[in-house]
Amino acid sequence: MISFAVILSALELGCIYSLVALALLLSFRVLNIADMTTDGSFTLGCAVSATLAVAGHPLLAIPAAMACGAAAGFITAALQTQLKVPSILAGIITNTGLYTVNLAVMGFSSNVNMLKTQTLFTLVRPFFGTFYRLVPAAVIAAAVAAALVLFLKTRLGLSIRATGDNPDMVRASSINTSFTITVGLCVSNACTALSGALIAQYQKTADISMGTGMVIIGLASLIIGETLVRRGKLWGKALGVVLGSILYRFIMAIALRLDLPSECLKLISAVIVALAIGLPNLPTARKGGGKKC
Amino acid sequence: MLTLQNVSKTFNPGTVNEKTALSGIDLHLERGDFVTILGSNGAGKSTLFGAIAGSFPIDSGKILLDGADVTALPDYKRSKYIGRLFQDPLKGTAPNMTIQENLALAYLRASGRRSPFSMITAADRREFRERLAQLELGLEDRMEQPVGLLSGGQRQALTLLMATLVTPKLLLLDEHTAALDPATAEKVLSLTEKIVAEHHITCLMITHNIPSALNLGNRTIMMREGRIALELEPETRKTITTAELLTIFRTQGVESDRILFSAE
Repeated sequence: MISFAVILSALELGCIYSLVALALLLSFRVLNIADMTTDGSFTLGCAVSATLAVAGHPLLAIPAAMACGAAAGFITAALQTQLKVPSILAGIITNTGLYTVNLAVMGFSSNVNMLKTQTLFTLVRPFFGTFYRLVPAAVIAAAVAAALVLFLKTRLGLSIRATGDNPDMVRASSINTSFTITVGLCVSNACTALSGALIAQYQKTADISMGTGMVIIGLASLIIGETLVRRGKLWGKALGVVLGSILYRFIMAIALRLDLPSECLKLISAVIVALAIGLPNLPTARKGGGKKC
Repeated sequence: MLTLQNVSKTFNPGTVNEKTALSGIDLHLERGDFVTILGSNGAGKSTLFGAIAGSFPIDSGKILLDGADVTALPDYKRSKYIGRLFQDPLKGTAPNMTIQENLALAYLRASGRRSPFSMITAADRREFRERLAQLELGLEDRMEQPVGLLSGGQRQALTLLMATLVTPKLLLLDEHTAALDPATAEKVLSLTEKIVAEHHITCLMITHNIPSALNLGNRTIMMREGRIALELEPETRKTITTAELLTIFRTQGVESDRILFSAE
């Protein structure tokens, strides 16, 4: 039932989408902000990457997409820290605005076709053969996960973690929370846009609706990963996130094999996330005590 | 070291909830002064700390720290020089981060020249270990454990260490032992005394415990309705009893204060 090609594509997609889950590890878990910019910055990554690849710059497209994602994160952070817009609303506002921006990036067309375009993956095809998509995807996912963990261990990273962990403490310490939130959201959205940039080149198409529901898919992967790897500190968490994202893709692949219409997948994701976040808080489950102190 | 000139703060001005929390506070602390502050709930003690630490802008007046005007400085810039402890031991530390990471955060204030991308070094670790050992709580062997596993007293002792790891110009203690059991409170209080004396830290301490207000430090002030109602003369401070102090407070017109002080 599950062919080699299915496994391969689940691994490839799992690695690429794990970047969104890593971004949410930073914004949702570390900074404790539900960042609704995610959907929009994912599509922004797709759009920038596709447009630049079509223009003949598939490699330049990657850092350019990340820079644009960081800019989107900066706007959400500025709304939140400077204009005191509630964090969820700040993300939704940016996300809404990004819809127009994303269309504009794609030349006011709702999709970009890259069938004959050179991409990051076709560039490395001569070196890796069958695994020409898995190798770069896995290398980038591993590099980003490692970079994120190391970043969170630096002084700046520690300040960002404290900002999410104990706002009371941070207010009485010399940490400027506006700064740490801004850095955190810029990094996480750059990461999300990187994922979008890779997906666009992977699928050889960019579409205005590619990012829809991305925040939920990312959260589902994150939560699956946390269930898989319960122990361990930052390294364990990052590894779990990547594994969770791959497992999520396998679940989706199986669902598709079972002839579930692909339109159902978003509903399944939504149910997974609602249950995973909600179940521990049911009155019967609460007796065991929360995991947060 | 610290000078407050005519500092006033009214919350929710012009509404039914209008509350004058500080009205014309004048206070001067010399370097090394350890001032204990008494006063009933709502007297403005914590608001005074908030004003000094920059938690909110004050309506009028001036705050000078070590000769520099800090009135307009945001709180996170002031906390480079001001250490602060709250009554709630959970407020001072990040529970999901390790003891060592919490200490590294406290260390940030001093390391302005180090890159924001640098990590905790072996030298940092040695320094943390040494300072933790001085607390005599065995925390030096638990540096990799998340702070959330510690007891309230251990967390408060750690917060005290974090606030003084880099010697602050001013230490604000807001009833920092009130939420601890008597034995732990005693321990944290003696640690406070030891650390403050060792580093000659200028210190303000709010307490409801009259004996410790009189025994600790070198000055005692009493606050009422947003003003400094009284400063005890050094001689009086040494000889006055709890009962006498309560009488003074009552003659100031606050009948109900007896129940707010623990007079053991």
